[in-house]
Amino acid sequence: MNKLVNLVNVFALLSILAVGGGTAVLPQMKHDVVVTHRWLGAEQFTDIYSLGQLSPGPNMNMVTVIGYHVAGIPGAILVLLAFYLPSCTLVFAVGKFWDHFEGSPWRDSVQRGMAPITIGLMASGVYAIGRTATINLERSIHFNAITVAITLTVTAVLLIRHVNPALLILVGGAVGWFALRMA
Amino acid sequence: MNDAPTKAPNVSLTKLFGVFLYIGATSFGGGVVAYLQEHLVIRQHWLDDDHFLAALEIGQTVPGLISTNVSVIVGNRLRGVAGSIAAVAGMTLPGAIIVFILGLLYTRFKSDPEVAAVLNGVGAAAVGLILAVTVQFGRREISKWHDLVILIPAFVLVGIFHISLVPVLVVLAPIAIQLNRPDRKELAAYHAQQAAYHAQLAGHHEEVAARHSAADASAGTPS
Repeated sequence: MNKLVNLVNVFALLSILAVGGGTAVLPQMKHDVVVTHRWLGAEQFTDIYSLGQLSPGPNMNMVTVIGYHVAGIPGAILVLLAFYLPSCTLVFAVGKFWDHFEGSPWRDSVQRGMAPITIGLMASGVYAIGRTATINLERSIHFNAITVAITLTVTAVLLIRHVNPALLILVGGAVGWFALRMA
Repeated sequence: MNDAPTKAPNVSLTKLFGVFLYIGATSFGGGVVAYLQEHLVIRQHWLDDDHFLAALEIGQTVPGLISTNVSVIVGNRLRGVAGSIAAVAGMTLPGAIIVFILGLLYTRFKSDPEVAAVLNGVGAAAVGLILAVTVQFGRREISKWHDLVILIPAFVLVGIFHISLVPVLVVLAPIAIQLNRPDRKELAAYHAQQAAYHAQLAGHHEEVAARHSAADASAGTPS
């Protein structure tokens, strides 16, 4: 029971803090789940994040797996509701009076001001996952060389041309299966 | 179907749910916004580009996932509250069920070295994906040096020192908005425009009131 309350508290707060999308709350989600509540290890958290990349729809659906690991089926359902309901309610309310500020120079200021915060938080999300998935000091140098190569290749390909990211995720998995088994 | 629907078209809740369910089940690899645009604007003609971009603008500014935020707004435009609920449920359920099943398989097979190796490769690729998205967004949005005064502290406080997002946003957001505040000319023009609008509105109200009292007077007996 206590666990369910904690789960709802953690994910409902993350829901309304997700400024500019899910990546922005990854650092705090990882910290809450791994360090504060010790629900999962850092590697497990990263693995579950990877599972999210293999499934369609919003890439933060993986929160339901965290809920399941902590408190079974009720945990899975409650975490999903806690993570989506608050932000959806908020955007519903804001959508109602957004047009009221049509043409207001302040609306523009809010958007321009929030952009650097969003990018800083996204960068910290990349860092939070990359610290386990790309650079992992508990693994060999060989292992790290391969994961760094996968990460940088995917980034470079996506920046140079328009490729379906799902394809690159699958290629990453195939390269991992081939090269990381013995590394 | 006309080219620029200004009023929301008639869409049944079942159809609305079905289309979002399809998007939710097929939008692999992130970038759900592109899938939404493809289906809602190009295939179904439920919105024109302007309405979609307006929904996207709100979805990006308000906290929450951009894909679910846009679903809420589009669902509401088409079918009100029920539409929002149907859109978000359709958008999230397929992926949630699939990732849940993957999670069960993960619990069972995570000690298998081959499974672990595949997941490690997927994880490294996923970092590459969100890094590319971050770089693209940064290239588009960051133009002034003073943006870095906000960006770097946001990264260091949250990413390195694990300070909670609440205090970080409470401190940084007002500073960031203040740094980007509209200049005096813009504000003055906006206020003048607002004042003119209100004056026009007041004039209109007076005119209507005058017309009503005139009508009452001519009717002789006020009801």
